[in-house]
Amino acid sequence: MAGPRKKKFESGEGATYISRRKAIRKLQVSMNTFRTLCILKGIYPREPRNRKRAQKGDMTIKTLYHVKDIQFLMNEPNIWRLRSMRVISKKVAKARAIRDKETVGRLLDKFPKVELDHIVKERYPTFIDALRDLDDCLTLCFLFSSFPSMKHLPKDQSAMCRRLTTEFLHAIIESKSLRKVFVSIKGYYFQAEIKGQTITWIVPHQYGFEPQQRSEVDFKLMSTFVDFYIVLLGFVNFRLYSGLNLFYPPKFSCIEDQSEEDKKLVDEQVFISERVAALNFPLSKTSTATEEDDVNLDEFTDIDNPEKMEEIRKEAEAVKGLKSLFKGLKFFLNREVPRENLVFMIRCFGGEVSWDKTLFVGSTYNEDDESITHQIVDRPMKDKQYISRYYIQPQWIFDSVNARQLLPVNKYFIGAVLPPHLSPFVDKFREDSYVPPEEKALYDSELLEKMHNEINSEDEAEISDAAISDNEDEADLNEDSEEEDEYPDDVIMEDGYKSEEPKKSKLSVKAGEVTKEKPYSKLKEDRADYKLREKMIKGKYRKIYNDMMITKRTKSKEALLLKKKRSQLDKQAVEDKKQKKKTKTSK
Amino acid sequence: MAKKGARNKRKLEEHIPKKIEEEINEESDVETDDLLNVINNEEDADSSDSDRDIEESDGEVEDVLESATNGNDDDSDVEEEEDDADEEEDDDVNEEEDDIDDEEDDVSSVEDEENEGWTSSENEEEEDKPKNGTSLSETKSKTKSSKNKADGGSVSSLTKLVKNDDNKEDDEYKNDSSDDEDIRNTVGNIPMKWYDEYKHIGYNWDGKKILKPPQGDQLDEFLKKMEDPDFWRTVKDPQTGQDVVLSEQDIELIRRIQARRNPDAQFDEYAPWIEWFTSEVMQMPVRKFPEHKRSFLPSKSEAKKVSKLVHSLKMGWLKTLAEKEKERTKKDAMNFYMLWESDDQAEHMRRIYKHISAPKRALPGHAESYNPPAEYLFNEKEMKLWKKYEETPSKRKLHFLPQKYDSLRKVPSYSRFIKERFLRCLDLYLCPRAIKMRLTIEPEDLVPKLPSPKDLQPFPSVQSIIYEGHSDMVRCISVDKIGQYMVSGSDDTTIKIWEINTGRCVKTIPVEGIVRSVEWCPNTAINLILVAASNRVILINPNIGDYVVCEKTDELLKEAPLSDLIISDKVKTTVQWVDPTEEEYAKGFRLILKHFKEVAQVTWHGKGDYFATVMPEGANKAVLISQLSKRRSQIPLAKPKGLVQCVLFHPTRPMFFVATQRHVRVYDLLKQAMVKKLTTESKWVSKMDIHPGGDNLLVATYDRKVLWFDLDLSTKPYQTLRLHPTAVRAIAYHKRYPLFATGSDDTGVIVSHGMVYNDLLQNALIVPLKRFEEHKRVNDFGVFDVKFHPHQPWVFSSGADSTIRLHCN
Repeated sequence: MAGPRKKKFESGEGATYISRRKAIRKLQVSMNTFRTLCILKGIYPREPRNRKRAQKGDMTIKTLYHVKDIQFLMNEPNIWRLRSMRVISKKVAKARAIRDKETVGRLLDKFPKVELDHIVKERYPTFIDALRDLDDCLTLCFLFSSFPSMKHLPKDQSAMCRRLTTEFLHAIIESKSLRKVFVSIKGYYFQAEIKGQTITWIVPHQYGFEPQQRSEVDFKLMSTFVDFYIVLLGFVNFRLYSGLNLFYPPKFSCIEDQSEEDKKLVDEQVFISERVAALNFPLSKTSTATEEDDVNLDEFTDIDNPEKMEEIRKEAEAVKGLKSLFKGLKFFLNREVPRENLVFMIRCFGGEVSWDKTLFVGSTYNEDDESITHQIVDRPMKDKQYISRYYIQPQWIFDSVNARQLLPVNKYFIGAVLPPHLSPFVDKFREDSYVPPEEKALYDSELLEKMHNEINSEDEAEISDAAISDNEDEADLNEDSEEEDEYPDDVIMEDGYKSEEPKKSKLSVKAGEVTKEKPYSKLKEDRADYKLREKMIKGKYRKIYNDMMITKRTKSKEALLLKKKRSQLDKQAVEDKKQKKKTKTSK
Repeated sequence: MAKKGARNKRKLEEHIPKKIEEEINEESDVETDDLLNVINNEEDADSSDSDRDIEESDGEVEDVLESATNGNDDDSDVEEEEDDADEEEDDDVNEEEDDIDDEEDDVSSVEDEENEGWTSSENEEEEDKPKNGTSLSETKSKTKSSKNKADGGSVSSLTKLVKNDDNKEDDEYKNDSSDDEDIRNTVGNIPMKWYDEYKHIGYNWDGKKILKPPQGDQLDEFLKKMEDPDFWRTVKDPQTGQDVVLSEQDIELIRRIQARRNPDAQFDEYAPWIEWFTSEVMQMPVRKFPEHKRSFLPSKSEAKKVSKLVHSLKMGWLKTLAEKEKERTKKDAMNFYMLWESDDQAEHMRRIYKHISAPKRALPGHAESYNPPAEYLFNEKEMKLWKKYEETPSKRKLHFLPQKYDSLRKVPSYSRFIKERFLRCLDLYLCPRAIKMRLTIEPEDLVPKLPSPKDLQPFPSVQSIIYEGHSDMVRCISVDKIGQYMVSGSDDTTIKIWEINTGRCVKTIPVEGIVRSVEWCPNTAINLILVAASNRVILINPNIGDYVVCEKTDELLKEAPLSDLIISDKVKTTVQWVDPTEEEYAKGFRLILKHFKEVAQVTWHGKGDYFATVMPEGANKAVLISQLSKRRSQIPLAKPKGLVQCVLFHPTRPMFFVATQRHVRVYDLLKQAMVKKLTTESKWVSKMDIHPGGDNLLVATYDRKVLWFDLDLSTKPYQTLRLHPTAVRAIAYHKRYPLFATGSDDTGVIVSHGMVYNDLLQNALIVPLKRFEEHKRVNDFGVFDVKFHPHQPWVFSSGADSTIRLHCN
């Protein structure tokens, strides 16, 4: 026959995958170096279509990499740096052991540094790609910026993270691209929209650092990720700043305006590092061109899907409103309030914000400023309160942003029991999962009014309660007697009819009775029909259909459970209220 | 003389304290108080002047004292040596005592005077101390002199005791060289506590024991304190155990040391400085020889080294510290620039092959809020479940515990935050990625779109009549050709004939044996029922309906036709045609075929002349075809492969279907050959029925399937229906309407639309229409048989609950 005989696994899936062990051998690096390389280059194992074939007949589960990915790693210039790093660190250790300081110094000067610029470009060919993948980067950087200095981490990493995240927040403030916020038990979720990409990041709650067990968390690995993310975030920031006509690294206009002497007094580095202080000041711009207004959408109305177009327009309007949500409002933060996040949010939506001068740098006005409209308070206050402002709890800001309008403040006053804080990330139009009534009210204005009325009526009821309570018993008595009066009449009437009927001639045409359809009979029939049709599903889809139905059923079951729980709780609340009333009246 | 003196002295020592005691007792308390005061004042005055440290640094002082006292020792040892001898001379002593009393009086008086003086001039004393000291010593010396006057010999010892006081006046070296009285301990510098348990304290120069002086109790101590003005300067010599009174000089010495001054009082601290070595620079060198030449010339080796350094600096090999620092900062500094020129135009460069980007994390729902609606919080039951899966957290519904905080400031940091980020990192670089198509369809989309049942009417939809009367399971039913009567066979060994429209049981005929199959003759000209009761097949004329037809039938069967055919032995052993007895004839039996095994099924040929019987246990004689007109039977299949379940005649063509457990074989009766073998792909066939057109076969199986065979299409089922969840026992096709019905052990009867089109290209349409579930389950049996009415869209079903039900449209 023609040509040599083809061996098994020389082509196809068997040849496209390579196990990790083999890959490490091929690259001639240690396991740790391979790990670092993979993290920096963004190489990941791949799941083969047919594992047995991909593993050349081996049935044990291995981590498989694509052969081309490994080839890609082989051509990476950093691989040499990593190799020499290993060599030099070995030499340094040796020199240290014999206390040869000169050699140590010489070697450390030669210690190579991993270049990541080109990797950023390789991994994210376009800016949009980078934005799309920014979630993990931001979350990890925000986490690291809260870290103290640790043994295994590079010393300036957390400072760098702090700087870059602050810069990023500035870019968000300047572009006003924050869309949704959420306080979860894990931290603060922020969602911004930049160039059509939604970026969600989590800022941990304050004092989030807890020492972790070594077996639980490997900080070294995380810091390798952060090494890359720092570079990525730096470039992204640069791009964002240049897009917003801002200087990079940022310059603060308030510092520029100051005279030379003042400038000397303010250490700019310190100023930037104080994240919150810096957030409260605008950045200086490269050009003073006026901001372009949002593009009008009118031009595209002729697209064939008018409904969708309408929706998009509405959304755009809502976003426009959101951008100037807090415009003209002046906020003052009390000291117990999480400052950084609130300042970021308020500034994002055009508000002004300040705090007590003695507490922290960067405050712009004092508490006794009469033009303050809202003071954010999270603790019962006994000292002087100004009539000219609202004292509200911080949740108001979060809820207002999510609702895209200034919510009525009466539910958020000091000491008030807060309405539940809902996630803005759940799908509005989801089916077969539970929607709490508070969320329903958000989308349905009628329901909202109804709820408001309820609350009002309750309040009124409570107010008038005292007055009414005395008369209540009497009223009850009256009602009872009235009811009793009414009943006998009915009975008599019916009797009268009955007595009259037989008197009529027996031969009479009765009006045909309309047979009432049982309300559920039709539904039942339909369901039976559907069940029969269900049996006609083709064999190849039957399993997937059953799986889908099972998930659907469990979902609806959960929803039902939540609904049930809610109704029980509501009932209990009503009963409690009644009980309270009773005790009040008895007192 | 000396001996006597010593003796006296000892006496004195013994008795003086006693005397003083007595005196104190005699005198008023006030005086004692005064005395106390005096002593206190003395002590105060001593301490207050220079230092209060004296008391604090007792140890030091004592050491000094030791050294000081060693020199000016007393001679108490000598006295003690002669203790024993003393007792004899008590009398003399008594006389002397009187004298001493007098002396004591003197002393006390002097003391009193002193006391007065002390008290009066307290302030002055406090102002300058040394004076007091001197005055004290003066007064003491006075007392001594007075004592001396009184008794010269005895006082000598006293002077010895207190001799330090007037050292200055006496010879300076007096105490230094007195050989005989110098009692030195020869034990050396050892801890004296080693002698604690002995009576002696060491050995003197002569090698004799130095005995310990008698120890006074605390009261003595106290009295001493009260009376002895020198108590404050009395120190115990650890070497000899003797009390030593420190001299003025010693005290001065101690004070000087404490004040950190030169102990020598004579030393002049401010004496003029004499420069022994001059600080002035001299003009001429001290050395005589001149400097070497090399000390004026630059070093060559150094120059070499320097030139090397300069060269390396010049070449940039060596860097200054500043340069190094600069370089380091430059190296560490992040340099960001415009990496992406435009938003979405990718530059051509190396990329990851077929990149799969990591999926984003799921966004949080309401339950994760810090203040969720109350229904999201766990109640006790859910909490229990949460705790149950502590070991296997993946089984939990949520990965966190929903919690509610009434204000934002109370929200603590999330303890698993770092861990979660770490896991995400692990996922990013360690988790295998693959592109999986996610189905975005709803499950409803998978359900085939079928025409609505309403459009496919008529079909039975309501149960209208229940035929009750049997006392056991009804295994089989059959409807006559006209559609007026129905026959049913049951386990109660009877068959019943029912009028369909009224539901009345017209006739009950006992047949002895369980009835497994009944079939009404399809020929309208004959009124006959074929009944399989245990191993008999009985032809019964029910004698109902058209009278003429019944008569005709009886006539037909009256005489056996004569034939000259020889019946083979095989057939003979299998079946015997027997005429009924008279009694049986009266019941309606017209012919009886006795089989050698139990008969499970009987079926008529369409013309009504032939009929087939099945004996599943009959092995190679399982299937039998009999001809009524000729009263003869034959065995068509020499070797049926497998257990025969049921057989069927083709409605129009001479074809015969035999269903074994897994296959259905189609035989051509004329050619006497197998035409087709249909594979059912199931384990056990139960029943089959054929479409009146003859092209489509329906097979029911015990493994829950209903198979639709299109005989023209293939030997495999055209469609497999899983309509029932349990074994399907019955299946029937309607003769006129496109309906078929199936009955199963789950008591369900399903009527389906089964349309067969004349157009060969169009596949048959199958739509399940209605499911009835009126039968009851008995012993895990549900429905045994279903049959359709010949003209109406009505369906009959018989079940294990011994009823027959009619469903009408």
